[in-house]
Amino acid sequence: MSERVIELEVLRYNPETETEPHFQRYLVTCEEEWVVLDALNHVKETIDPTLNYRWSCHMAVCGSCGMMINGEPKLACKSFLRNYQGVIRVEPLAHFPIERDLVTVIDDFMTKFKRVKPYLIPKDEKPVCEGEYRQTPAELKKFKQYTLCINCMLCYAACPEYGLTPKFIGPAAISMAHRYNLDSRDGGRKERQQEIASGEGVWECSFAGACSEVCPEHVDPASALQQVKIASTVDWYTEHLMPWVKK
Amino acid sequence: MEIIRSDVAIIGAGGAGLRAAIALAEADPSLKISLISKVYPMRSHTCAAEGGAAGVIKPDDSLEHHFNDTVGGGDWLCDQDAVDYLVREAPKELLQLEHWGCPWSREPDGSVAVRPFGGMQKQRTWFAADKSGFHILHTLFQTSLKFPSIERYDEYYATDLIVDDGRCQGFTAIEIRSGQMRRFEARAVIIAGGGAGRMFPFTTNGAIKTGDGMALAYRAGVALKDMEFVQYHPTGLPNTGTLLTEACRGEGGILLNRNGRRFLQDYGMGPETPVGKPQLKTMELGPRDRVSQAFWHEQKKGNMLPTKYGDCMLLDLRHLGEKKIDERLPLVRDMSISYLGVDPVKDPVPVRPVVHYMMGGIDTDIEAATSLPGLYAAGECACVSINGANRLGSNSLTELLVFGRRAALSAIEFINSGKPSVNEVALSAQAAAAQARIRGLFEKADGGESLAGLRREMMRTMEENAGIYREEEGLKAACATLSQLRWRYLDVGLTDRTNVYNTDLMQALELGSMLDCAEAVTVSALARTESRGAHQRLDFVERDDGKFLRHSLAYFRSHEPPRVDYRDVVITKSQPGVRDYSGDHK
Repeated sequence: MSERVIELEVLRYNPETETEPHFQRYLVTCEEEWVVLDALNHVKETIDPTLNYRWSCHMAVCGSCGMMINGEPKLACKSFLRNYQGVIRVEPLAHFPIERDLVTVIDDFMTKFKRVKPYLIPKDEKPVCEGEYRQTPAELKKFKQYTLCINCMLCYAACPEYGLTPKFIGPAAISMAHRYNLDSRDGGRKERQQEIASGEGVWECSFAGACSEVCPEHVDPASALQQVKIASTVDWYTEHLMPWVKK
Repeated sequence: MEIIRSDVAIIGAGGAGLRAAIALAEADPSLKISLISKVYPMRSHTCAAEGGAAGVIKPDDSLEHHFNDTVGGGDWLCDQDAVDYLVREAPKELLQLEHWGCPWSREPDGSVAVRPFGGMQKQRTWFAADKSGFHILHTLFQTSLKFPSIERYDEYYATDLIVDDGRCQGFTAIEIRSGQMRRFEARAVIIAGGGAGRMFPFTTNGAIKTGDGMALAYRAGVALKDMEFVQYHPTGLPNTGTLLTEACRGEGGILLNRNGRRFLQDYGMGPETPVGKPQLKTMELGPRDRVSQAFWHEQKKGNMLPTKYGDCMLLDLRHLGEKKIDERLPLVRDMSISYLGVDPVKDPVPVRPVVHYMMGGIDTDIEAATSLPGLYAAGECACVSINGANRLGSNSLTELLVFGRRAALSAIEFINSGKPSVNEVALSAQAAAAQARIRGLFEKADGGESLAGLRREMMRTMEENAGIYREEEGLKAACATLSQLRWRYLDVGLTDRTNVYNTDLMQALELGSMLDCAEAVTVSALARTESRGAHQRLDFVERDDGKFLRHSLAYFRSHEPPRVDYRDVVITKSQPGVRDYSGDHK
């Protein structure tokens, strides 16, 4: 296995003992095939036990290890060292308050996520003993990609609007609302629209598309936001120009 | 110390914990429920399960078949009354998830699709592509947001159970964000803290799987049952241990040695079946213990492919074609390419067995109750005994749903049975003692022991001595090492002595959990002088039903290795027989 020494420049911040964040450099002997998370683990284990960050699955599915790597929002477990030259700068996800070191405070996301009612509101309630709701592969395909969101919040760190207007509900939460709206079993769209079609919802989005570019699961939140915009425009016209049509 | 009072408090917010919380909230909206976890619910390791969840749904299947596959797969160490309950409840639970929006893969007519899995004689594994656990976890988490009575405490680490008047009345937990200790007072407690695979160096388990829930109950006097049974999943990526689901073989993937031979036929799982036409319960659809053991033997014979990450077999999926791989196994393709640089569409993937699952855990009865009144457990941390000596793939996701709910119902029955008085003074004193223990870690002078060093030694001894095949000498050495490590652990001091999000502290506590669990594994393994399921002894190669048709029960002792006791297996209708995975069996 070929080794390589890399230089990590990691943002450190301890609110108990420091007033300002600062960068700390670590020289790490790495295997060529490592990801940034492996290098951080190596630092934690052999150089500096006081370094803090979140991680668990090491397979890009738990969503814990989102961080800025050379200024881009990335999952540390899927950022291969082979793709980086020179010093690698690691910072906490942008647009979130820092709790400590690379750990961010994600309360804002958790609150917004809950607000959009990200759960099935059945169109036709039926008891479990009557079996499954039928859903064809084509119906499943309509919303499947939006179910793949791992809540890693890279899209919030990439979104220029969220940076400017923190009240914006944001890509992941709106995509999840859209996922349920598109589900053939669901009848809750109207309830969700109150949140996501509001000023704090899709109309904050300037369609920069950065969310879809950084999404590690190819959820494509930008497409969800545009579809919600179109749907709520149709709603508006239906309501104002064709008031006799029942929604 | 701040006190948080609830009717039921749940430790762990993965599949089992979330299912329990929802069951409580649905059963009685007036109940105050606290759901605590050391991570945000979406980070729980349920998310990494890939293949699916077993439940009888198709007309050619029956509960009887699911029962027989599970009991035989578990080498008759399953409690058969528990398996009965599991298979009966399974379809309801999986349908319930469907009603909550789980994106199960579908048949063209819109009904739920099922796929074949190892050791199962019928197709009964419900799946959502190869991210089944992920979708189950997120469906449960998102559904839980509907219930205002579920109060979540994300990133709280439970340190000690509080036991007074002979019952569990809560626990202490550290709010990781502030480092402050809180006392959770509850009339019933459910532990759903997951497995302990991180005691081994090479595992599919995420960093959080450190046996904390098991250790909590164990130190409070509840036995850890059947801890010697550790499952190796046959197909992990050789460098990272990343799981490549058994569904690879369910969909038709084959396993080859370095000579291109489908070697499983040489280990009682033949005759060879046509490539791409998997037959249930034979060859590549044999059970995990047998496939991992066959690997070990082939390796000894020099038939495995040497790689820089150790000897490997080859998982060949090429004949499935790109379309099917992308539709059914997209994560497998992505992981293989990303972490190993091998595209399964074009090349066979080198894989090797990897520690995956603990069959053992907190001893519970079939109502998910432990021996300590007021304490319940469910999911991988528990041992209800539906998995016996070897879990069949796709039974664990089902288990955490069925027994997560069962734990909730039992907790409700318990709190409705009476409201005994609470001795606040006694509870406070215990919480203060727990807090003093944690403060002690901060104040202790550096004893010269390094956390990372002890962890490495633990992992090494587990891998060397408690792996796929074991023998007396190695197990004795492992027991001695772990006993010493537990002593040396007392000299571990923290490098980081601050309060906010201190992962040095978390890792120290997690190491304590793992050491206790690891010792329970090796001591139980040494005492079981037979070979059964995932516990294989080179010095005792036969199953010994006369002596060991019994569950081991390891009881914690603070300064000595655990005491091991036994309890008979519950047999209702299936007498121990031969596990036949040859294609000729009928």
